[in-house]
Amino acid sequence: MSVPLKLIYNEDPTRSNGNDARKATVRPIVTYNNISKSYGDLQVLKNIDLEIAPGEKVALIGPSGSGKTTLARLLMTLEEPTSGTIEVEGDMLWHRRVNDKLVKANEKHLHQVRGNIGMVFQHFNLFPHMTILRNVMEAPRNVLGLSKEEAKKRAITILEQVGLSNKIDAYPAQLSGGQKQRVAIARALVMRPKVMLFDEPTSALDPELVGEVLEVIKAIATEGEMAMLLITHEMDFARDVADRILFFDQGRIVEQGPPKKMFNNPESERLQTFLSRFNRH
Amino acid sequence: MWFDILPSFWEGAKITLELTLFSAILALFLAFIAGFGRLSKFRAVRILATTYVEIFRGTSLFVQLFWIYFALPLFGIMLPKFAAGVLALALNAGAYGSEIVRSTIISVPKGQTEAAIALNMTPWQRTRLVILPQAFVMMLPAFGNLIIELLKGTALVSLVTLSDLTFVATVLNSSIMRPTEIFSVLLIIYFVISLPFTRGIRWIEHRLSAGRY
Amino acid sequence: MWNWEYTIKILPEILAALKITISATFVAFLVALVVGLMLTLARRSHFRPLSLTAHGFVEFVRSTPLLVQLYFIFYVLPEYGLSLSPFIAGVIGLGLHYSTYLSEVYRGGIESIPPGQWEAAKALNFSPLDTWRKIILPQSIPPVIPVMGNYLITMFKETPILSAITLVEIMQTAKMLGSHSFRYLEAFTIVGVLFLVLSYSSSLMVRRLEVRLNLR
Repeated sequence: MSVPLKLIYNEDPTRSNGNDARKATVRPIVTYNNISKSYGDLQVLKNIDLEIAPGEKVALIGPSGSGKTTLARLLMTLEEPTSGTIEVEGDMLWHRRVNDKLVKANEKHLHQVRGNIGMVFQHFNLFPHMTILRNVMEAPRNVLGLSKEEAKKRAITILEQVGLSNKIDAYPAQLSGGQKQRVAIARALVMRPKVMLFDEPTSALDPELVGEVLEVIKAIATEGEMAMLLITHEMDFARDVADRILFFDQGRIVEQGPPKKMFNNPESERLQTFLSRFNRH
Repeated sequence: MWFDILPSFWEGAKITLELTLFSAILALFLAFIAGFGRLSKFRAVRILATTYVEIFRGTSLFVQLFWIYFALPLFGIMLPKFAAGVLALALNAGAYGSEIVRSTIISVPKGQTEAAIALNMTPWQRTRLVILPQAFVMMLPAFGNLIIELLKGTALVSLVTLSDLTFVATVLNSSIMRPTEIFSVLLIIYFVISLPFTRGIRWIEHRLSAGRY
Repeated sequence: MWNWEYTIKILPEILAALKITISATFVAFLVALVVGLMLTLARRSHFRPLSLTAHGFVEFVRSTPLLVQLYFIFYVLPEYGLSLSPFIAGVIGLGLHYSTYLSEVYRGGIESIPPGQWEAAKALNFSPLDTWRKIILPQSIPPVIPVMGNYLITMFKETPILSAITLVEIMQTAKMLGSHSFRYLEAFTIVGVLFLVLSYSSSLMVRRLEVRLNLR
């Protein structure tokens, strides 16, 4: 299920390039331009260039601390880049053009562009004081401005799709981890983002609950025109669902490519070492 | 013997209750304004709020009351006793209340704010729909305790001769010299007034711990 | 408006009264520390009358104003033969009032000890007294010292209330000076500033103590 990408970058060796070297005419839905992120002295992302095509499913793998989560959080506007720009559908995310100059974006601009992005968190972050139904309805009502009936209809449909229509009046505390994550997925999905970010969606779950969540994510991937950025340690799942795998290490994209190539013929030594740890069990 | 002194207490009780009520309302406003002020992104607002809180938590209610009652007139601000009492009590309780507001808001897990951002809620929507409802529930027991402190604080206005319960008691004592009955009844009246609040706090805490969290 | 000459003139008298304020604070704090611990232990007792009495005492004292409690001690007790000086009555009143708050602090510290500690002590056949002395109290007290420190500061700020039972501390001194010269502004401001400075610097020391005890 490969999607062709536009070739735009020269081969600058200091920049970490995650782009497919095939020409095409589709504008990428997300572009990271020379993105770096530092926390004080610690540089977490180093000169990342990355394009994601509309509808493309990209899996991010790599050791903890390699920068994968930060990459997603930058796109979700939860963190600000130290340098570089991010574009979503051609609009710059963190910056605005004012009279030919690049100015830092204000909340109004962020709000506008952010509507295209959705995120599912490792620790669910459901709103404990709302029922499941309200958790899923609240943003459509208040952010998209839907009427109560319309929002409720959408919410119930989505909750049915993730298999939780019988729990709409329950509170998060009454649900299992797997159920909570499915609600979180529904809550993000109902906003119909163009890009969905999954930050280790099953890492906080008991092993027996992981499967139900992966099934839901797989269903979304199969039917959807939504681009997906999937940060995960579930290698089999990544191989199954992704169009492209990005291997991160120490803030750079070390290797990238289609799943078959990445898992069967890893080129870099670091990727080989990383993958060998998963084969041991 | 005990009962004939009760009617005199009635007028004093009214003042005490009115003081408590008005100060509580004003203090609630101040608590939210100062609490949010200390969390503001504007440094000037933060400094202003913190100064207010540090001053009124750093000095005792007694000193504040006397200052407002004796010193303010020298700056041209003549307040009637009741207003001076309400002002001092409210400013004092508001400072402590702002700490309650601030600390409960901060204690809402960061993931909640992030989830609200991910759903593209505006900052005001994040506060109104996600943060405040969760913080508010934690504020209730602490505010309950604060109101009891407020009630106890009203006794100090007797020292600036405002006719609350305590003042009435001391005046009564100087005329009929029956301290045992007078002060025992006084203590019991305060205890009885505070009972609904103590029970209320207990009930809220019980509902919370058995609840949806 | 403000007269600096007058300010300098009254300063020594106010500072002399400060000694009374500070000594009253510390003695009352001592009373609160000791009675507070006793109350906490009494409330945990399996002997119902004791625990209920302690519980009732704490509820009652915490729900009624300190001022009224002071009046009670100072004016009612003499009727039954116990006539106390303003200092002693004040210190007892302030101490007992805050003993109830400190009792809560002790309780929090003790309840934060994991049950496993009690179980280990029992498994090693420690006597109840030794369990408290060697295992529970040494672990529960250090974490609450900063909170106690804050209560010390609070009690210091409350001492002016003792002027109501005729103890001549700095607030009362200010009032007397004020009524003599009809100038209240300087006296009260000095008192206010003294309170602010002393309590703020003490709270900084308490925070330093917290760091020292490695709690932050």
